Amino acid sequence: MREETIFEMTSPCRDSFRIRGYRFGEGAKTLAIVGAMRGDEVQQQYICAQLVNRLGFIEHHGGIDKGKSILVIPSCNPFSMNVSRRFWAMDNTDINRMFPGYASGETTQRIAAAVFEALNGFEYGIQLASYYVPGDFVPHIRMLKTGYEDVETARLFGMRYVTVYPPRPFDTTLLNYNWQLWNTKAFSLYAGKTSQVDLKAGDENVDAILRMMSRTGIITTYSAGSAYESVLIDESTLQHIKARHAGILLRLVDVGSRVHPGQSLAHIIHPYNGQILSDVKTTKEGTVFFAHNRPVVLQNALLFMIHT
Amino acid sequence: MIKTIVSTELPVDEQFRIRKNVIHHGREGLRFCVVTGTHGDELEGQMVCYELSRIMNEHPEQLVGTLEIYPSLNPLGIDTIQRGIPNFDLDMNRIFPGDPQGTMAEQTAHAIIEDIKGADMVIDIHSSNLYLRETPQVRINVQDAEWLVPFAEHLGTDFVWVHDAATVLEATLAHSLNSTDTPCLVVEMGVGQRINHKMCHRLVGGILHLMKHMGMWRGEVPALIQQPIVCKGDSVTFLNAETSGVFLTELKCGITVTKGQTIGQIVDPLRGRVLSTVISPVNGYLFTIRAYPIVYEGSLMARIFNSEELV
Repeated sequence: MREETIFEMTSPCRDSFRIRGYRFGEGAKTLAIVGAMRGDEVQQQYICAQLVNRLGFIEHHGGIDKGKSILVIPSCNPFSMNVSRRFWAMDNTDINRMFPGYASGETTQRIAAAVFEALNGFEYGIQLASYYVPGDFVPHIRMLKTGYEDVETARLFGMRYVTVYPPRPFDTTLLNYNWQLWNTKAFSLYAGKTSQVDLKAGDENVDAILRMMSRTGIITTYSAGSAYESVLIDESTLQHIKARHAGILLRLVDVGSRVHPGQSLAHIIHPYNGQILSDVKTTKEGTVFFAHNRPVVLQNALLFMIHT
Repeated sequence: MIKTIVSTELPVDEQFRIRKNVIHHGREGLRFCVVTGTHGDELEGQMVCYELSRIMNEHPEQLVGTLEIYPSLNPLGIDTIQRGIPNFDLDMNRIFPGDPQGTMAEQTAHAIIEDIKGADMVIDIHSSNLYLRETPQVRINVQDAEWLVPFAEHLGTDFVWVHDAATVLEATLAHSLNSTDTPCLVVEMGVGQRINHKMCHRLVGGILHLMKHMGMWRGEVPALIQQPIVCKGDSVTFLNAETSGVFLTELKCGITVTKGQTIGQIVDPLRGRVLSTVISPVNGYLFTIRAYPIVYEGSLMARIFNSEELV
């Protein structure tokens, strides 16, 4: 394992901003893994830290295939995590919407450019990502449908779901999109939680990444363990259930639960008198893929996505 | 008449509303929309909307057609001093034309587009952000330049910037409207979280001037100060900070600068040292300058329209 500094920048008043990378193995650029791009992606950073630990052990025991190298960047944004901000603290811009970056551009464009230069040219790329809508997911692999997405490799993670969706204009500056355009097989791994460490989900995600590495021959000493036969979903086919009223949300089911027609998924409670304003039910049988996770909810907010 | 175009319950005893003031006079005529407040930290549009409403209240007989004023497309952002929508990651001006099946923000964007489209003219007023000061300008995507620059020249701004097309900008309000043949001009001026009265009065005059040109206003209009400088093609120089530090400058935007001229200095307050000097590499017109003094490497310091003729 070799630690290196991917990017360093002085700050007006704080310590220097640094992005650290950890390299394993020697040879062809085979796999790059990126953790926290935003300051609240603690689960994502935790998973990367665990991977650095595990890969160090695997490398020490000769378990990285000859001629292959791996790069892990646990965090692209330690400054924001240190002050509990999701985005770049100075101007609230999102590094993950600055790719492929611009080395002569604005600050977060420069950070993205340096990160992309380090990440570019790898055969596979994994980003531990978070979603722009607050909520919990069944851990899954998500890919933009650009024509370059590699569904078969995505299945090798052995996660419950692999999802695809068409890019919208605001997606064209994401790391995943640009990785694909530059011929890296890119996978966004949604780890279930964002701003808190979920040990069980974290371990499952670490296992999924090591399983993919084992199945693609990047590592040789890891036992893949039990896995799902991944279901491929086009996200447009998920059933969306919205809030008919605003109020306090009492969720009755968790992500991953099987639900049946007529089953109550949540109650929306009047914030002053406690009456049930809405008994949120599903009309179809399926699995809860996404669930809103804030205690209060707006009218028409997306509460659940059901895979039917 | 005040109309509500979006109404949604918030969790605790509050209705989220986006409203517009519809002012109509005369025979059925053209429809002119003034929209602002997409970014909650941009406030110049508030004064422009107030002034237009006030003028219409005082002289309704001079209006021919319909003027619709939308002061706050992002009321929660304005009220919480946030550029974006609270609890939503994406810039509101990157989610148009919205999605009726999407998040509350995407549903709102969809409702806004549906309400505005079909207008004969839309002015989308922005006022930079906290970090940059802008000379009054109209911004037009190069794809729409031939169609929209002639309208923009009536607004009386100092500058018209015809900029390159970028995929990510396809999700702006202006692009979404222009792509449905609803003409929309984006105005940028001033600095975030502040209101510059002089600039606002100028823009109000420019809007009345454009309305008069379109046959929608019979009242008095101020004479335009000047024809705007129209910048086309790849002729803007961006100056970014070479070092992190504190930016000090005596300059304001809206002036000509010469090659080699000092725009400002980035200094280290701890050690009392100049870390770098921001120098214009070209002759031209300085239309953007850094307003917020704390800078990181790469922070945008200035934009200059490269022009030998103006200097």
